Amino acid sequence: MTKTPLQFRHNGRDVALFVEGGVNLLVALRESIGDMTPKFGCGQGGCGACSVLIDGELHLSCLTLAEAVNGRSIQTLDGVKDGPNLHPLQRAFMEQFAAQCGYCTPGMLMAAKALLDRNPSPTRAEVIEAISGNICRCTGYEPIINAVLAAATSGRARA
Amino acid sequence: MPVTVKTFASFGEAASALSSDRSARYLGGGTLVMRALNEGDISISTVVRATDQALTRVDVASSRITLGAGVTFARILAERDLAFLHAPARSIGGPAVRNMGTVGGNLFAPTPYGDFTVALLALDATVSVQGGLGARDMAIEEFLQSRERQSGALVLAVSCQRPASADAFRYRKIARIKPKGGSVITLAAHLPSSGGRIAGARIALGSMAATQIRARAAERALEGRPLDDAAISAAAAAATEGVSPADNALGSAWYRREIVGVHLRRLLSGLE
Repeated sequence: MTKTPLQFRHNGRDVALFVEGGVNLLVALRESIGDMTPKFGCGQGGCGACSVLIDGELHLSCLTLAEAVNGRSIQTLDGVKDGPNLHPLQRAFMEQFAAQCGYCTPGMLMAAKALLDRNPSPTRAEVIEAISGNICRCTGYEPIINAVLAAATSGRARA
Repeated sequence: MPVTVKTFASFGEAASALSSDRSARYLGGGTLVMRALNEGDISISTVVRATDQALTRVDVASSRITLGAGVTFARILAERDLAFLHAPARSIGGPAVRNMGTVGGNLFAPTPYGDFTVALLALDATVSVQGGLGARDMAIEEFLQSRERQSGALVLAVSCQRPASADAFRYRKIARIKPKGGSVITLAAHLPSSGGRIAGARIALGSMAATQIRARAAERALEGRPLDDAAISAAAAAATEGVSPADNALGSAWYRREIVGVHLRRLLSGLE
């Protein structure tokens, strides 16, 4: 079967690739571009491990048709840090011990970033709501919620 | 297995492509069709998309609101004029799913999903579909009863009358994981009243049958009566009439029958 050409912005850089019909964005990011930060968890929209921002909006890359992002802007965790400096959310996750195995962490961080980008001072309830589509099976959610609140209250979470 | 993706600028072309190919599925937000592709569903060989702006239109200007089939739940939550639909929209998924999932797609979501459709059923919505023979409007009940045969038709929009007051429309979703879990039971009630008596009640249930259904016996129990304890008790007692729930990991059919009356009573009593 012929492959389809596809172009989009990936973490501020234009990329061009070919995808097979029906391939999801997660596969395109990981296998064609080599960005391993979004993770494959369930493939059903239940876990949030594959979360990315599409034009600044939180989406599940495993449920996004790769061809549908033609011409759009994708941000993954790989594009969140500023050069050698971690993003304030990443630092807060480290300081608050919000990662254990780390598999959910990229998705959690992108969900948290989507929240703080539009609401820099969320309440605890808003943080819980923002990460409600993301499953963590090790730390439990408290350190993650605390980390997002710490990043927000420190006022450091400017994207 | 690779599939052929066909993207059209107009919904008319997309509808033609969909109606002429039995193995084609329309891709809206992706939460159903991409999931099926990820699971290796070989019954889908063609994916049809439309980028037509008409499918994402929201019309709240009059007492009858219209939502394009491609309108997402996040968009509904951002519309202050759609406050009566915020509870059902918020009960679906996490933020990412609400950014993706659409009103039109939800009409096809199987149990234990399809919560928004429960609300639309209680609100007596009209579904506009475009098939091979042209466009037509169907009552949502008729649509749901023939849902299996509708996959060749493209849903364009849904519309419904705005409830007369905030109190006239009520919604409740019972889930084990809050707020994003699949539904144990979903309930919605539209309770128009005239002179202090219920006139034209519609109660809809999700996860109580193969598709969303109306609790007609409970509706009859309320009709023409004030919404008092006696009427609510009569409706709650009639809640299981006509239901045929299934067992799944979220709850057994027996459990669903046991609790549907309890939750209907709470919904009608205005209890949280």
